[in-house]
Amino acid sequence: MYKYDNYDQAIVDARVAEFRDQVNRRMAGEITEDQFKPLRLMNGLYLQLHAYMLRVAIPYGTLDSRQMRMLAHIARKYDRDYGHFTTRQNIQYNWIKLEECADLLEELASVEMHAIQTSGNCIRNISSDQYAGAAADEVADPRPWAELLRQWSTFHPEFSYLPRKFKIAVIASPEDRAAMRLHDIGLELVRKDGELGARVFVGGGMGRTPMIAPEINPFVKADDLLSYIEACLRVYNRYGRRDNIYKARIKILVHEIGADEYRRQVTEEFAHVKTLGIDPPLAELERISAFFAPPAFDAADVEPDRSDPDFAVWLDQNVKPHKQSGYAIVNISLKPIGGIPGDASSAQIDVMADLAEKYGFDELRVTHAQNIVLPHVAKRDLFAVWQALREAELANANLDLISDIIACPGLDYCSLANARSIPIAQKIATRFADAERQRDVGELKLKISGCINACGHHHAGHIGILGVDKKGVENYQLTLGGSGAEDVSIGKITGPGFDEDGIVDAVEKAVEKYRELREGEERFVDTYRRVGMDPFKEAIYG
Amino acid sequence: MVEFRYRDDEVTEQPSVTLDAFLDQSNATAVRLEPDDDARKLIPFLDRLTLIEIAFPKFRDGRGYSSARILREAGYTGELRAQGDVLVDQIAFMRRCGFDSFAPEGSLNPEAVERALSTYDQFYQKAADAAVPVWKLRHG
Repeated sequence: MYKYDNYDQAIVDARVAEFRDQVNRRMAGEITEDQFKPLRLMNGLYLQLHAYMLRVAIPYGTLDSRQMRMLAHIARKYDRDYGHFTTRQNIQYNWIKLEECADLLEELASVEMHAIQTSGNCIRNISSDQYAGAAADEVADPRPWAELLRQWSTFHPEFSYLPRKFKIAVIASPEDRAAMRLHDIGLELVRKDGELGARVFVGGGMGRTPMIAPEINPFVKADDLLSYIEACLRVYNRYGRRDNIYKARIKILVHEIGADEYRRQVTEEFAHVKTLGIDPPLAELERISAFFAPPAFDAADVEPDRSDPDFAVWLDQNVKPHKQSGYAIVNISLKPIGGIPGDASSAQIDVMADLAEKYGFDELRVTHAQNIVLPHVAKRDLFAVWQALREAELANANLDLISDIIACPGLDYCSLANARSIPIAQKIATRFADAERQRDVGELKLKISGCINACGHHHAGHIGILGVDKKGVENYQLTLGGSGAEDVSIGKITGPGFDEDGIVDAVEKAVEKYRELREGEERFVDTYRRVGMDPFKEAIYG
Repeated sequence: MVEFRYRDDEVTEQPSVTLDAFLDQSNATAVRLEPDDDARKLIPFLDRLTLIEIAFPKFRDGRGYSSARILREAGYTGELRAQGDVLVDQIAFMRRCGFDSFAPEGSLNPEAVERALSTYDQFYQKAADAAVPVWKLRHG
């Protein structure tokens, strides 16, 4: 794990002092809410329906037990005893008081955490693969690159007032667990003649106009990376649309001028930027990489005893192979049937921290699917981990099944939402509560957004649900066939929308149609791709 | 009105002209760029300019930050002024992008500006100012 040096700490500490000053000026009436808004937003503080919401950055979703315990402490002291893990691998707190915010940030800074650039029209928290450092299929650990980008993007003086927010993801495996091509910039680390570099994709995104990012450069060398990304951003900052908030993301620019023209402009800008000496020496990437050296793996390769049937089910569903023999990757689902996707209580957060410390080389990850990962658990400890999780109601064996739902906070919290998301997630999970039926249905990624901004990633759901406002009544549209993985695709809308109960029925009909039509090992999305929309449409509306 | 100026030379008295007017009538020494003007069009003329004013009609419109850096990167050493909706909390970023004078529409508290400019001692990235980035401090 990356550890701050004095420079990193000084910058985060200065940020706390600056924000304290900004809050004080706002409370004294020296600045208006309109002037305060972009300042608080650049620090992750939103004014929501009922209270301030604070989003805390978890860079590339990686944290240690000390940081995890701090998140529990903050939930206890400043919020209502729970936190909400987000699709950006962050955590947000829903009931924050403005006057306590600076104290909260000071506590975070004491464990090398912050809320810098978790909102606002700037470069947001860099996201990555939750299995980084543990996945057998990675060419390298992507996190050193993400940390390099985190530092470069922090308080970037030129790119803090972009046309719109800007999200970057870094992966290093052919299997995409981070929805990389649905980001403003997606980087996939690859090797060419033994040298590590990045494939660069630009202009993906969800929201009102979902786009899959085209490849802009097949290989950018490590010591050119920051210059190249700076060139990508400068072209966007200068030419991205600012006349219409809905057309301001980089995907619209890339789409309107075309990938070839965008690539040409970036290449030209890069030729200039490269002369400015903004790239750190490779020694800096090496310095950062040293923090991500593999832990001291030494466990013998023992297969766990599967005699407890519930444990066996959890093993099969939530535990994934590790690149090191004797170890496994444990996924902790934050999706209990009927619960709020991504929420965890302070006590549960503490339990996960304890398990990481005791069994997991002190590491935790947050996933974009709003779950938690213990990336390095010895197989001999899996049963003990499972027992502790079960005790804390965290042993839900539903990873990637239909009840492992991504949902945005929706109208229960969010001032932008048109409809509630959480109750829909709860009803669908409850409808499919029968664990055997869920497992029979298999991998099915269901994602719910409460408005067109698509925070719940509905476009990328095998089944997606979008809440809209239809003449003052909540209405839910259904999409099929999306994916945020390496088989990335945008879901297609089935037809007219449904009311709250209607959408649950429609989902069930689509699932049953799949069970009827599937061949061999096909997942829901495979069957959909093979047979097309019509049979599903007929089942849903017929 | 210029409220904050971080250079020692004389203030240019000549009123600034628009980019189009400047490109037509090249004897002017002061020019004003709007957010959608291409700063690179000035590059052939930088040695005869003493003032480039960059307009910020709305503080949220950040195009002027790129314009400023482009001009400094091209070697412009004259006055680079941010004019318009310039707020206390933008000034530190603007200084790093090469601005050295400020003409905010609303009056700013000089103490607050001073505080904003002295908040950070360390910077992660190389920009258009003299600050040495953290990576360079780490590796020499």
